[in-house]
Amino acid sequence: MKILVAIKQVPARDSQLRVDASGQWIQDNDLTYEINEPDAYALEEALQLKEKHGGEVVAISAGPGRVSQTIREALAKGADRAIHIEETSLGGLDSLGLSKLLAAAIKAEQPDLVLTGLQSDDLGSGQTGVVIAELLAMPHGTLIMAVEKVDGNIRVKRELEDGWFQHVTMPLPAVLTIQSGINKLRYATLMGIKKAKTKEVKTLKAADLGGLPEAQVQTLKVYTPSRTKQAQIFEGPAKEVAAKLVEKLKFEVRVI
Amino acid sequence: MSILVLLEQTGGNWHRMGWETLAAGQQLGQALGLPVAAAVIGEAKEAAEAKLDRVYTIAAMDYTPDAFTAAFKQLIDHVKPTYVLFPHTYQVRDFAPKLATRFGKVLVSDVVRWRVEGDALVLVRQLFQGKLNIDLALGGDGPKFISIQAGAYRADSLEAGTAAVEAFAITADASARLKPEAPFREAARAVDLTAADLIVSVGRGIKEKENIHIVEELAAAFGAELAASRPIIDNGWLPMERQVGSSGQTVAPKVYMAIGISGAIQHLVGMKGAKCIVAINKDANAPIFEVADYGIVGDLFEVVPALIEEIKKAKA
Ligand SMILES: Cc1cc2nc3c(=O)[nH]c(=O)nc-3n(C[C@H](O)[C@H](O)[C@H](O)COP(=O)(O)OP(=O)(O)OC[C@H]3O[C@@H](n4cnc5c(N)ncnc54)[C@H](O)[C@@H]3O)c2cc1C
Ligand SMILES: Nc1ncnc2c1ncn2[C@@H]1O[C@H](COP(=O)(O)O)[C@@H](O)[C@H]1O
Repeated sequence: MKILVAIKQVPARDSQLRVDASGQWIQDNDLTYEINEPDAYALEEALQLKEKHGGEVVAISAGPGRVSQTIREALAKGADRAIHIEETSLGGLDSLGLSKLLAAAIKAEQPDLVLTGLQSDDLGSGQTGVVIAELLAMPHGTLIMAVEKVDGNIRVKRELEDGWFQHVTMPLPAVLTIQSGINKLRYATLMGIKKAKTKEVKTLKAADLGGLPEAQVQTLKVYTPSRTKQAQIFEGPAKEVAAKLVEKLKFEVRVI
Repeated sequence: MSILVLLEQTGGNWHRMGWETLAAGQQLGQALGLPVAAAVIGEAKEAAEAKLDRVYTIAAMDYTPDAFTAAFKQLIDHVKPTYVLFPHTYQVRDFAPKLATRFGKVLVSDVVRWRVEGDALVLVRQLFQGKLNIDLALGGDGPKFISIQAGAYRADSLEAGTAAVEAFAITADASARLKPEAPFREAARAVDLTAADLIVSVGRGIKEKENIHIVEELAAAFGAELAASRPIIDNGWLPMERQVGSSGQTVAPKVYMAIGISGAIQHLVGMKGAKCIVAINKDANAPIFEVADYGIVGDLFEVVPALIEEIKKAKA
């Protein structure tokens, strides 16, 4: 099975986020970055499917030069090679535009299976995989919690709301958006890190993929949301704030 | 020029978020001076009791993204709305991006608010799981596709009325690429969080499995059930039955104490109904404080042991 995995680089989870001078995005020059969490699970699922059924795992990521770090990490974990759509101006794209670029690069690879994360931590659109599936006329499944191969088809377990699940069978090639927690993540080995340095990373530009699509959505501004509800906030030494809270729980909420 | 709200119904049961989106649609219609219609694959029933121009019904069918996309594509081609609104449910996540793409349009997903500035519509979304907001303008002609976040609009602000019901016949999608099976739940749950009066809930701020015992001790001292956010379950530190949120349980205890939980919308929908919410988080800007009644800004590894001691003292 040839599996393409879309991985996105996002600011590390505990980053202090500040809006930049343009008011259009965040100050991103002094941040540390990591792989988008569900994408790590998507990569792991691809590696496990390859271990079971053979084939190739190709990581694909769109973003500026710094993304090559996240790509290297994917290669170190076991991806065979990677595609980097290297553009600095991707921030101006909407989810359809970005998906068009990814879809064009994926199409040229003719994969059997495309895996994405279900949602990115920064934009949170939760739709790139589904849009790619439609652009490539492939069937898809979202919020996937298990994948098995059954006679040339795949049978997947979808997460529904409130703790419900559902199995769906579909033919290949297909697109799946992977939910966090589907598997147990591996760490890169020393050997893997060494090998990664020799693996192929193909760089593509938007121009190689039909050009930068026009955006239908325009950013007006990015800002810190104003807090509306006034919680009673306690700050100070742990013992003091704990005592204050317990007093409230005892005399106002009356649960102690 | 009109607004079309796509409601969700499964086996005759409405998804409550549909009513929230319908209310948002009515308000948008008023602001822009546009007529509002709703559509459902299933029965019109209660939808026809809302103040709407019309309710379109399409005969019930098993859900697949292929089938629903094909059906709504035909309806939208017929109705030609300027705006198409969806509740941002899991089912909508599964087909709405596909439907919008079929029209060559972008879906603006998980919108928390809209407002009209001049004659332009401004859409507000969250970034970084609620840490920042972004204002967007959606250009071009209709149909413009927008999905609305859970809880962003209130279902009880829905205006009542009578709507004409129109059955819309479709040519069914014949591809049948997807073979869905019946939905199921995992084995019976050993704990029922929905019955708990007091809940202590732990998030990724706990950092390691080895630290879970700290919150277990707090729960024991407080007389509370232990719950968790998704990453704790994903890591296998606590069983799935303790997960609170859109994929887990929805709880409404007297007190919900969120410890090291940031307050992403998928967690909030599962616990917003608690009578009293206490948040303990080291980040004063964490979105969880937005829904909290009491908050402690501090390091949980210092605060929780102190809290255990104070609770024991108060109970002694
Ligand atoms: C379709 C879908 C379904 C989902 N379903 C669910 C669901 O059912 N339930 C759910 O919970 N999530 C769900 N999620 C995930 C959700 O989006 C969030 O990613 C998740 O809730 C985050 O969990 P968290 O708050 O524990 O972790 P984080 O967001 O990583 O937050 C950790 C918090 O701990 C704080 N912290 C760190 N160290 C300390 C310390 N020493 N002391 C005090 N505070 C500290 C940090 O400031 C931060 O606010 C779902 C997501 C999607 C897309
Ligand atoms: N720039 C990108 N490069 C590679 N994959 C991406 C990119 N943006 C989004 N994706 C993939 O699409 C998924 C969903 O992202 P989103 O639709 O932005 O929530 C992510 O989890 C990734 O797998």
